[in-house]
Amino acid sequence: MENFTPFPAFSGGILIGLAASVLLLFNRRIAGISGIMAGMLAAGKTELFWRMAFLAGIVIGAGLFNLIKPDFYQPRENFPIWLLACAGFLVGFGTRMSNGCTSGHAICGIARLSLRSIVATLTFMASGFLTVYLMRHVLGGQV
Amino acid sequence: MKPVTTAFLSGILFGVGLALSQMTNPDKVLNFLDIAGNWDPSLVLVMAGALGITFFSFRKILKQPGQLFEVELYPINTAGIDKPLIIGSAIFGIGWGIGGYCPGPVVAGLGLGNVESVVMVFSMYTGFFVHRLFNK
Repeated sequence: MENFTPFPAFSGGILIGLAASVLLLFNRRIAGISGIMAGMLAAGKTELFWRMAFLAGIVIGAGLFNLIKPDFYQPRENFPIWLLACAGFLVGFGTRMSNGCTSGHAICGIARLSLRSIVATLTFMASGFLTVYLMRHVLGGQV
Repeated sequence: MKPVTTAFLSGILFGVGLALSQMTNPDKVLNFLDIAGNWDPSLVLVMAGALGITFFSFRKILKQPGQLFEVELYPINTAGIDKPLIIGSAIFGIGWGIGGYCPGPVVAGLGLGNVESVVMVFSMYTGFFVHRLFNK
């Protein structure tokens, strides 16, 4: 557990919770990243603009933080692109089918004690644990 | 303040939160999902910090009958536990476990110059699009 970073993790979580609160209070929207991204495919102008602003904010916020604290992010090297593309496809397809991802279900949904979100979170956590177990310990992969 | 402004501010907070908590490092996420290996429970604390806020703030905000701006509360999905919820979540978890990315960190990674984020954005949109084709 030498990689455990409790303080940055907890404070970062608080900021994410505040972000979701701001979006719910002022925009009356659930801060689900997958839904906000996917919604851009079909959105009209007003729908499109707040989504773009929100996503641009994430990009700029992370970028600014990285300028001040560059050691927090280490790029990963040599991960196969084809495998990453498969992962992205599954994340995109799966989050649309289940109507949410880590932010929408685990952070916003559980806050409302939504049974759907609790079940979704338990399911993707379980399948995530199982996938990593298979990838790292059964296939023994250096992937 | 306009909805676009508040959405932008919310995004900034979200992006700083993801970068500070290092959820932008896929290896950190994979180490959380790797209970049998060198387990890193940081992600639990990210969720605890976020839920520590939203658990109380959402209750308060959702009780407000009126709205502060011209936008209406987006309808919240009230369907019960159904097959798409379970199967979709399971599929998402597999993708998350392979790559180490859920959607938030993919977007934040664009601000870090992470090339993997570009691959993820394209492949995720392919997934969105294919899902749309099947659900027309």
